[in-house]
Amino acid sequence: MISGRILNRGEASGPVLRLTAPLSFWGGLDPVTGAIIDRAHPQVGAFMTGRIVSMPGSRGSAGTPGVLGESIRLGTGPAGLIVAKADINLTAGALVADTLYGTQCPVVLVALKELEALVEGQTVTVRQDGTVSLDH
Amino acid sequence: MLELTDYETELLAGSEGKAKQLAMKMMVAAATVAEATSFVDVSFAHVGSGFYAGQVSLDFAEFLLRESGAVSVPTQTNSSLIDFAHPNLRPHSSYPTETHGARRLMQIYEELGCQPTWSCAPYHQLDGRPEFGSQIIGSESNAVSFYNSVLGARTNKYGDFLDICGAIVGRVPFAGLHTDEGRLATHVFHLENLSDSVLGDPSFHHLLGIIIGEMAAADIPAIHGLESADEDQLKAIAAAAATSGAVEMFHAIGITPEAATLDEATGGRTPKRQTALTDSDVHRVRKNLTTDANGPLSAVCLGTPHFSVSEFEALIGQFGGRRVADGISMIVTTSRAVFTELQLRGWDAVLTSAGVQVALDTCTYFTPLTTGIHGLVMTSSAKWAYYAPGILGVPVAFGNQSECVESAIRGFVHRQEDWS
Repeated sequence: MISGRILNRGEASGPVLRLTAPLSFWGGLDPVTGAIIDRAHPQVGAFMTGRIVSMPGSRGSAGTPGVLGESIRLGTGPAGLIVAKADINLTAGALVADTLYGTQCPVVLVALKELEALVEGQTVTVRQDGTVSLDH
Repeated sequence: MLELTDYETELLAGSEGKAKQLAMKMMVAAATVAEATSFVDVSFAHVGSGFYAGQVSLDFAEFLLRESGAVSVPTQTNSSLIDFAHPNLRPHSSYPTETHGARRLMQIYEELGCQPTWSCAPYHQLDGRPEFGSQIIGSESNAVSFYNSVLGARTNKYGDFLDICGAIVGRVPFAGLHTDEGRLATHVFHLENLSDSVLGDPSFHHLLGIIIGEMAAADIPAIHGLESADEDQLKAIAAAAATSGAVEMFHAIGITPEAATLDEATGGRTPKRQTALTDSDVHRVRKNLTTDANGPLSAVCLGTPHFSVSEFEALIGQFGGRRVADGISMIVTTSRAVFTELQLRGWDAVLTSAGVQVALDTCTYFTPLTTGIHGLVMTSSAKWAYYAPGILGVPVAFGNQSECVESAIRGFVHRQEDWS
């Protein structure tokens, strides 16, 4: 079990989608389909829908909160986010979506080593207290 | 550990309604991320959340309005998705959801108490400009850098939702560029090795901005060796460095207000990095901003960021009574305030007879896509040129403003110098 710092509180579980490079959601995520569309990103073509997305961070774009919020509204967005760098843009998008639509998308901050230990496709649960547990 | 005042605790508890509660929650989240221990009051905001990015933009704004949200400081709005006065730039019939949403969003931000500037460069308007040393909220990347660097006002970059939330509660986390420490230069760029022809190139400030953005990473750059620069040139540096990189503030030694000397800019400390630029750095960047310089031109797009009165003055001089070739769209974007100035001087009619279309409120980024332009576009904006091939999907030729005019008149790219 990993104990993370809560950036946006919530509970979610799903299979891990592991992003190996930072992503700007603005221009990098299509909120209509949930697909990663940044052609320069290693995980281009992958879908975030229903996944616990682990990523080193987002590339700071002022448009990122809107795109994350829109994808959560449409139900194409991630179930939760695990990051290794504190990120206000992801936090803002998730907090607004929770307030407007009642959909929780927890955002937790963990150490880079812990982030890298998460395995693609493995089902994990993020809890209200910021802990991340692996389902067996 | 973040310390809240009694008032902030009350806002968080919802005693002043759900809009202020969400706004305060957002600022607490921002403080947590920034590891700030307190908030600082702001006296001005420039917000970008009024840009329609999907239904969520509208739902969020409707929520704020319904729950009695209102800005508590003078607040100006960044560009919109649409030009209210020129709907043909994004035809309603092709984009019904977006144009309807954007119109409603513009109304709501006015109802929340914002001044409807709808400009990425509202700082061209002297009235209401933030003062030196004031704590403010900025959102659009060029404006954030202009406020910090040129005016000496203090802001970090606040993204979607965050900017208007800060304007509602009138405070932001005291961190980063809001603090003295966070504003000191850490990477010095030396221009002494550059030739006079490079330094004198009309596009030089755009190109310098692109180079600095690429090389500065998280550092605060200081430019050493720039003889002089007017506000249009400083705007070009700000916009370009925030495009190729994430520069939210730069110093130009002897020019910008917190950099009378290199020592003042660095706080007397040894900078982490120093870089001496060469002519080949500038040539490389200039070449890379052009994807295609051959064949007929379909459009010329200027005004990214929005044009100033002085840029229009130069443009009219460059036309010298001539006009844009048939079949070429020449579009310049600016703010409503600058356009009012043009009308007072009778320049709007001069531009119309030269075949130049002035667009307001929005950005010419969107014009090729929404008006069906597929061919080569020329621009004098490094920011436009940088984004064109990837985000806009059009071939682009970069040139200085005079070259853009000569090209628009001829209908094909005409540059004074061979840049290949």
